[in-house]
Amino acid sequence: MNTPALKCHASLTHLDWLESESIHILREVAGQCSNPALLFSGGKDSLVLLRLAEKAFRPGRFPFPLLNIDTGHNYSEVIDFRDFRACQLNERLIVRSVEDSIRRGTVVLKSPFESRNRHQSVTLLEAIEEFGFDCCIGGGRRDEEKARAKERIFSFRDEFGQWDPKNQRPELWDLFNARVHKGENIRAFPISNWTELDVWQYIERETLQLPTIYFAHRRTVVRKNGLLQPVTELTPAQANDAVEELSVRFRTVGDITCTAPVESTADTVARIIEETATTTVTERGETRLDDQISDVAMELRKKEGYF
Amino acid sequence: MSAIEQLPEIDNGLLRFLTCGSVDDGKSTLIGRLLYDSKSILTDTLHSMACTSERRGLEAVDLSLLTDGLQAEREQGITIDVAYRYFTSGRRKYIIADAPGHEQYTRNMVTAASTAHLAIILVDARKGVLSQTRRHAYLAHLLGIPHIVVAINKMDLIEHSQAAYERICDDYREFSAALGIGDVRFVPMSALVGDMIVERGERLDWYQGPTLLEILECTPNAHSERDEAFRFPVQYVCRPRQGSDPNLHDYRGFMGRIESGEIAVGDEVLVLPSGKRSSIKAIETIDQSLPLAIAEQSVTLLLEDEVDVSRGDMIVSAGNSALVTRQIEAMVCWLGEVPLDPRRKYLIRQTTRDTRAAIEAIDYRLDITTLQKRPAENLEMNDIALVVFKLAQPLCVDSYAENRSTGAFIVIDEATNNTVGAGMIL
Repeated sequence: MNTPALKCHASLTHLDWLESESIHILREVAGQCSNPALLFSGGKDSLVLLRLAEKAFRPGRFPFPLLNIDTGHNYSEVIDFRDFRACQLNERLIVRSVEDSIRRGTVVLKSPFESRNRHQSVTLLEAIEEFGFDCCIGGGRRDEEKARAKERIFSFRDEFGQWDPKNQRPELWDLFNARVHKGENIRAFPISNWTELDVWQYIERETLQLPTIYFAHRRTVVRKNGLLQPVTELTPAQANDAVEELSVRFRTVGDITCTAPVESTADTVARIIEETATTTVTERGETRLDDQISDVAMELRKKEGYF
Repeated sequence: MSAIEQLPEIDNGLLRFLTCGSVDDGKSTLIGRLLYDSKSILTDTLHSMACTSERRGLEAVDLSLLTDGLQAEREQGITIDVAYRYFTSGRRKYIIADAPGHEQYTRNMVTAASTAHLAIILVDARKGVLSQTRRHAYLAHLLGIPHIVVAINKMDLIEHSQAAYERICDDYREFSAALGIGDVRFVPMSALVGDMIVERGERLDWYQGPTLLEILECTPNAHSERDEAFRFPVQYVCRPRQGSDPNLHDYRGFMGRIESGEIAVGDEVLVLPSGKRSSIKAIETIDQSLPLAIAEQSVTLLLEDEVDVSRGDMIVSAGNSALVTRQIEAMVCWLGEVPLDPRRKYLIRQTTRDTRAAIEAIDYRLDITTLQKRPAENLEMNDIALVVFKLAQPLCVDSYAENRSTGAFIVIDEATNNTVGAGMIL
């Protein structure tokens, strides 16, 4: 066997490497696109994006505004935090709301309390058209779900904002292609290669502030299909629901009607990292009422029979 | 000297690798096994795999389901392209680029290989070295992957025979020697039961070498093995000019990522393509001024002199510059569904620089199974050929063999804006 002589140059830690890759991607967006925007919800992934944008562009200002598509179904802590953070960074925040699209008649609801996750895309496309954005930077990660594993870092969308898996550009080395014709646009995902654990480790390392609902707190919930459904004005308890008050935290933050918290006593980032490193359920599997999966505890037992 | 010690204390960093092989070779099972044994598959994913396995009448969970495409894609028979998977050993983070087979294989593998530092080439122990194996080895070589692991899988189906294993290793060495790949290792394994992947198992006792995971854990990081020339393509120029802060009034920071080598304050540099000389005044990140920075770090460089620098320029070490040229010869893999038309102009993007390019000649097309050179008028998807380009603007290049960043480019069709080719400069 032919082992090359080891000349040991220093290398980056995995977090430094990921951070550097993300900064590189953000700077490519700035260098290649004429009118980008950064999608900012106040959630943890987009807060990581903001930190990376600071690292990429300070002492200058961000070469893009922050854009939030407000479903009107958000936890107020998250919205407050969104505004606080944008103000703290002294960057421009544009908010466009699904409510306005409903009023305009471009979003038609089947029922008043249905999840507005799906409808966000209409409002987003309207905002893209209004401002003429040619690129939207998002916090999507490839480890989130199967479909995302094949997502490009620079993902091409046609005039209808559609992702066509058959019509994606090959992505080689770190040579990204953000070229578009008028009306088309690019979604850029600077933290594609991060996992949920990487995100938490980075939050800890950078001592990033987060909305309080990411940390353990008492909340009234009901159990539905193995997931916890918070009791809120939008999602009131039904007559036969057993209402409980539990210590919970949110792993993801989205539309109130479809984002479930998990039982947890982790009240610091360090404790959340510990839980994340030892969790047995994927981020979406545990928290998305709209991805309905079956009971987890039972699966564990079933699984042990197989392996 | 002590500058390196000031860099943050590290874990074992990150390794990007590629798996080459078809489903029949047990590639999906191998990836599933790595993820499962490193406890990176979570319960709900495993459950849905278990349900599917049960529905298909299998006795155990089929780990290959993990890398199966989306149901819709399977139903529609769409060729799925490169998928990326992640796991951590606790000591190191891994990114797997998984390129499936099918007729678009070359294109997929070239894409997946472009960012990989190690390739696992799967061989079915019953079949030995096939023409497919040769193609994989050649493409791994073409894309400059420095570390190769030949995983001889399904040892359980040939009664764990050491003699058969040795024969396959010899066959592989025979043709790979000609390619000149430095670090090739062989591992006998059974992905189905997990022998020699994370656990050694008990059936391959005659094999004394490391398991697959041990090899992955010990592979040196990219850029750590040899001295490299400093290359810094400028991505963005920071000119804040904020009236409130007089210190920033004349601030001109050149932002980018160090693609290779390292740089220290005071080092003499050239700005390409102009060739203007200056030296490094400061290396900044958001909250630090660094004495030295290394490959893969994203930093902001400040120069001592007022030199005109913009996106697309490259800062290089004065003592070891890159070639500034208006003509390049390159091995090109054609990725587009529309064939290359030698009469047309294309756009070439290399580092942060774009230029229009005309095709001067297609010297030959390479049959990657036999390595025979054949004449070619145009190039179709998956073809690999030696192409000579004439450039409208100069590029600052190194040979790909020397530098995988400054030696690489993509070809863009301006009509569609699609990425239609990948090139490696000779």
